[in-house]
Amino acid sequence: MKIGVCISKTPETTSRISFKNNMTEFDTEGVSFIMNPYDEWYALVRALELKESGVGSEVIIIHVGGKENEAIIRKALAIGADRALRYDTAPDDALKVAHQIADAVRKEGISLLFLGKETIDYNGAEVAAMVAELLDWPFASFVNKIDVQDSKATVRREIEGGTETAEMELPLVISASKDLAQQRIPNMRGIMMAKRKPIDVLDAVDSPLRTKIQLFELPQEKTGVTMVDPEDMDHLVRLLHEEAKVI
Amino acid sequence: MSVIVFIESKNSAFKKADFEAVSYAKRLADQLEQSCTCLVIGSDVSSARVLGVYGADRVVCIQHEALKAFDGQLYTSAIAQAYSAYEGQVLILLHSSTGKTLAGRLAVKLEAGLVSGANGLPDISQGFVVPKLVFSGKAIAKVELLSDHKIISLMSNTLAPEELGSAVEASSFEPQLAASGLRVIDRSTQTGTVPLPEAERVVSAGRGLKGPENWGIIEELAEVLGATTACSRPVADADWRPHHEHVGQTGIAIRPNLYIAIGISGAIQHLAGVNNSKVIVVINKDPEAPFFKAADYGVCGDLFEVVPRLIQSIKKLKGTH
Ligand SMILES: Cc1cc2nc3c(=O)[nH]c(=O)nc-3n(C[C@H](O)[C@H](O)[C@H](O)COP(=O)(O)OP(=O)(O)OC[C@H]3O[C@@H](n4cnc5c(N)ncnc54)[C@H](O)[C@@H]3O)c2cc1C
Repeated sequence: MKIGVCISKTPETTSRISFKNNMTEFDTEGVSFIMNPYDEWYALVRALELKESGVGSEVIIIHVGGKENEAIIRKALAIGADRALRYDTAPDDALKVAHQIADAVRKEGISLLFLGKETIDYNGAEVAAMVAELLDWPFASFVNKIDVQDSKATVRREIEGGTETAEMELPLVISASKDLAQQRIPNMRGIMMAKRKPIDVLDAVDSPLRTKIQLFELPQEKTGVTMVDPEDMDHLVRLLHEEAKVI
Repeated sequence: MSVIVFIESKNSAFKKADFEAVSYAKRLADQLEQSCTCLVIGSDVSSARVLGVYGADRVVCIQHEALKAFDGQLYTSAIAQAYSAYEGQVLILLHSSTGKTLAGRLAVKLEAGLVSGANGLPDISQGFVVPKLVFSGKAIAKVELLSDHKIISLMSNTLAPEELGSAVEASSFEPQLAASGLRVIDRSTQTGTVPLPEAERVVSAGRGLKGPENWGIIEELAEVLGATTACSRPVADADWRPHHEHVGQTGIAIRPNLYIAIGISGAIQHLAGVNNSKVIVVINKDPEAPFFKAADYGVCGDLFEVVPRLIQSIKKLKGTH
């Protein structure tokens, strides 16, 4: 069974966020990029573990983005994936990304597909559900535990205020949450081997455009903190009650 | 044409966030001069009447045996059938785990543009433009929806629920559904407290607490405030507190009306999950702690002295002392 893992690129967590061209475009100047943590730490590692336990035959990386992102793909290969597909188009729209991934799944005959639960930049959590619908597959979201046996998976999902464990049929789309696996650091041997692993470059497939970011805004700065004497908590309570009106 | 809002209810019970979504849908419907139809799964017809109070012109309970368990494919199919039957043009869902699981699917099925995680009403003066938080709350994007059909998943605490109408007779709708391929084995949810993403008040603590045995004052403060407890990541990683309490970039993102941070330094990854809270109170003994820069009210002092004092003052205010 082939296992697919989708990886995306996001700004490093401590990056300063700014915009250019009259606030219409994210300014990547001076921003360092990483593999989206949910993809790298959880989705990819659990896919590798399933292959190692004999459930999968091959772990294939799927990435949508330009050539400049190959360093991130190489890292995923160094962590242990077998090979990669890169759709050569900007990942600027969730539906567009979903169409490329669905295409890869069909072409490769993948039956278990992992994605991170969301990217840490747009936080949309949109792509996995879109891919599932394009493929007409079941989708287990926010999964923090998965085991696979024959054509069935047992998944534990995060739901509002708790968890739910269910048995689902393969083929299946999984979005990975924290604790699905333990992060792996690529070792020297992995890094050397990754250099020889193939990255196939594919042309983008069409996708209708239904959304467009018009403008970015920065949230209002806090006007400054009001410090309260640590001896006088009555005063803090009064401020929260009368001024802020939150208690 | 109508604005359709989808609500998932557990055993006919509704939460504040559900009412928020209904009021949001009604306000949008008024702007578009359309009606507001509320679709509910998991409620009986008589309990669902209350949704009219928050603005639904029509309430429809989707009922089918196969919808007892949460199967995203069947939910999507059921909602899409009702959406068409009631001539939907815009669909509103909550940006909850259920909403996020369904929104992308429905966007494909209904050929609709999707804005997930909206934090305000659309601006329809030119096109249809919806604001949403991006980059973990460090910016807002104004997203234009270009398609005829539109889907918005709404962050909780965006607009307060409003009594915009009165109770209405609910009807029921039976969709055509295939059998589910999913079998639920086990479900565990906390009871009693409001789940973090919906909490209006949150008391959160970090490594400054020194150890799990010291959480008594945090729980007591949360109790007197009617707040939900949260924690920083190292606290969850050290198993001092359960993982579902972890807030921040890699945990849950929240935006309650009141966030009290106790013994938390305010690292950028922590702030990413909480900095959209309406009012932030920081209690820290280090005057240089970065969290003070993101705070509305700050108390610089030893938490083990400040928090018990704060509990007493709140009890005084509430007259329970
Ligand atoms: C990729 C990545 C993702 C991350 N994601 C998250 C995330 O989602 N959430 C998160 O929280 N962190 C996250 N972190 C970790 C984050 O960088 C910080 O390390 C973490 O938030 C610090 O936790 P803390 O404030 O509890 O502990 P510390 O930084 O150790 O701060 C403890 C604070 O308590 C104060 N204190 C100590 N004793 C007292 C006392 N007696 N009275 C009053 N104050 C006292 C100290 O002055 C200090 O400010 C992430 C890090 C990385 C690299």
